[in-house]
Amino acid sequence: MKTTWLKSSIAGIALIAATGGAWADKANDTLRVAFTKELENVDSFFNSSREGVVLQRAIWDGLIYRDPVTNEYKGNLATSWEWIDDTTLEFKLREGVTFHNGEPFNADDVVYTVNFVSKEENGVKTQRNVNWMESAEKIDDYTVRIHLKEKFPAAIEFLSGPVSMYPDEYYAKVGPSGMGLEPVGTGPYKVVSVVPGQHFVLEKNENYHDSPKGQPEITNIDIRTIPDVNTQMAELFSGSLDLIWQVPADQAEKLAEMDQFTVKNESTMRVGYLSMDAAGRSGESPFTDLRVRQAVNHAINRQELVDALLKGQSKVVWTPCFPSQFGCVEEAAKTYDYDPEKAKALLAEAGYPDGFTTELYAYRDREYAEAILSYLNAVGIETDFKFLQYSALRELNMKGEVPLAFLTWGSFSINDASAMVSQFFKHGSLDDARDDQVLADLTVADSSTDPEERIEHYAKAIERITEQAYWAPMFSYNTNYVYTNEVEYTPTADEVLRFTTMSWK
Amino acid sequence: MLLFISKRLGLAILVAFTVSFISFTLLFLAGDPAAALAGETASGEDIEAIRKLYGFDRPMLVQYADWLLSAIQGDFGESYYFRLPVAPLIAERLSVTMTLGVCGITFALLTAVPLGVAAAIRPNSFIDRLALFLSVAGQAMPSFWFGLILIVIFAIQLGWLPPSGASSPMHFIMPTIVLGYYAMPAIMRLTRAGMLEVLSSDYIRTARAKGAPEGRVLFRHALRNAIIPVVSLAAVQMGFMLGGSIVVESIFALHGAGYLAWESIARNDLPTVQALILVFSMFYIVFTFLADVLNAWLDPRMRSS
Repeated sequence: MKTTWLKSSIAGIALIAATGGAWADKANDTLRVAFTKELENVDSFFNSSREGVVLQRAIWDGLIYRDPVTNEYKGNLATSWEWIDDTTLEFKLREGVTFHNGEPFNADDVVYTVNFVSKEENGVKTQRNVNWMESAEKIDDYTVRIHLKEKFPAAIEFLSGPVSMYPDEYYAKVGPSGMGLEPVGTGPYKVVSVVPGQHFVLEKNENYHDSPKGQPEITNIDIRTIPDVNTQMAELFSGSLDLIWQVPADQAEKLAEMDQFTVKNESTMRVGYLSMDAAGRSGESPFTDLRVRQAVNHAINRQELVDALLKGQSKVVWTPCFPSQFGCVEEAAKTYDYDPEKAKALLAEAGYPDGFTTELYAYRDREYAEAILSYLNAVGIETDFKFLQYSALRELNMKGEVPLAFLTWGSFSINDASAMVSQFFKHGSLDDARDDQVLADLTVADSSTDPEERIEHYAKAIERITEQAYWAPMFSYNTNYVYTNEVEYTPTADEVLRFTTMSWK
Repeated sequence: MLLFISKRLGLAILVAFTVSFISFTLLFLAGDPAAALAGETASGEDIEAIRKLYGFDRPMLVQYADWLLSAIQGDFGESYYFRLPVAPLIAERLSVTMTLGVCGITFALLTAVPLGVAAAIRPNSFIDRLALFLSVAGQAMPSFWFGLILIVIFAIQLGWLPPSGASSPMHFIMPTIVLGYYAMPAIMRLTRAGMLEVLSSDYIRTARAKGAPEGRVLFRHALRNAIIPVVSLAAVQMGFMLGGSIVVESIFALHGAGYLAWESIARNDLPTVQALILVFSMFYIVFTFLADVLNAWLDPRMRSS
């Protein structure tokens, strides 16, 4: 440590003396990006963060690729696929692809990856991403079958998202920890170095196959974790960062006024909602009364929240899912106009002419939660506001001890309604509605292979959920991307930075 | 002396384990580690799977005993969050924190002690007022604000220093100033108060009366006595800097042990938090011990007792 320090200090001083500062970006063909959160592990099966998804899309490939703009599925490591029966998918694999370490890509890699990640004891962090797969079977070197545990129509979406293909020999040798430190994939960028949680350096894969992701243009990507947004902005001003994202709305507004930066706002799949204990799991709960839940829905001025706080591409959401998701039928959702008088009348009808007091829980975006509670106060619902760590709130939620909570869900960027509505309304530990009719519809919708049938039953479930006002869905989130004018980039609506679509102007 | 040291050492080990046991209990009360580990996108089944995988379904005392046995053998386990062995992870982060802490306390002592002495020599003079102003400002300014002001001036306006990171000594200049400035006021006020008291004592008058040069009076006779409480304070401040430089580490993106501890608590990363708490409590113990030895050297009366 000491000697490298001395060396780097001398090098650092020399560099600063020579260039008057280490501020060169385009000239070195290096794009410098900041992450806010420390990424737990680069191995994409062993993290559950947005930063992890960004690296996953750069380092690895899936069998299938979904175009983030048209939502059309295209072959990536597979060239074609077909359903053999309801639970068997057959893939023809692309030939001539090699991993960054030179290992050729073939059916063995797919078989190894699928068999490894689908086993629960191997501890893949987000089980839902992989636990629908039973196993994989090699037919020949470039033909492979994936067997599903049961009917799972969203398989294609998952295979185009979180399920990346790993090199079998290397992964068998190094495992998740080794993969996290020295990742090897087939993707458009190779990993040069990883300092866990802090610093990630990527380099263009010159031999990248003819992928629908497109060829990488920028040679080097240098990602540092800078926890403080103000520091990120300072780095941007001093010319030592080129791109930051997840910038808060008020900061982004200021940056947009400066000529040297491009500020783009894009929607994300995250939906904010109020969840109410309709089933009475937390004991005597006013929310078991439909009129109270309707009153809550009428009490909140969603448009005002969007205009004043979230801004950007955020929209009012009425569905218990993100509207772009397959099956998230917006027309099926009942809407509740902002009408505090009606809310008060409904409360009076339900036996609360003077309102009542309830606990309101939240775990993020305190200012949004506070705005929401002031709307509730205005119609007579007094709140005992509790702001907790996510894990603590989650635990209470699972025990059914939360009467009212402001929650959000990002669906892991999976463009299928099953990733949201089915997570919360199928009588699981987080289901505060426990509605059998909804369960029946979602069960059909989640497992049918007929798209029409799926849409029909998701629509029914959404209709029932919103008529019963189990939730008060409120708004979608957005994120701000800020980059120097030298960078050419069009962010997509799924909150994933795609380095292959970035270039210098 | 040997008995004294072994007694202190035994006590230190007891303190370390008490601290680790209490922190273990508190972490369990703070939230479900399985839910925290599983992350935001996990379903109830994911969480159950993780609970089994990591053995959170066992009684807490069993889990603690398990941890303790491994820790005694030098095995701090694997971080739940990073899935990497805890020991090298902490060692890497500690090198940043130690550098910062040593630089910070050095900066604080080098500015605070001379200022305190100068202020005590001429009470209510310009220099005393200046020292008072600096200490009030240092106490009142939150470090995150002071850090950002330095970044704005030296990194953005002047472009002399890099805004954040830890890849060269240049990167440590601003964090050192911010961290050191935070510790400075207390050290300075204590030096000033100690010097004022000592300077009015009889033996200083005697020293002056026998014609000792003023410099000798100040530094050999006065400061040596006035500095004793300062040494103890600096030791505590040093311990605080190593464990508590979270804000500074966060602003300057220094990824040190303090920031790691802060983040690991939020992530319920038990092995990392446990190991860090052990390390931090050891630091406090070692620094207090060193301060006692140093004081004993400065003050012969302490040696004999």
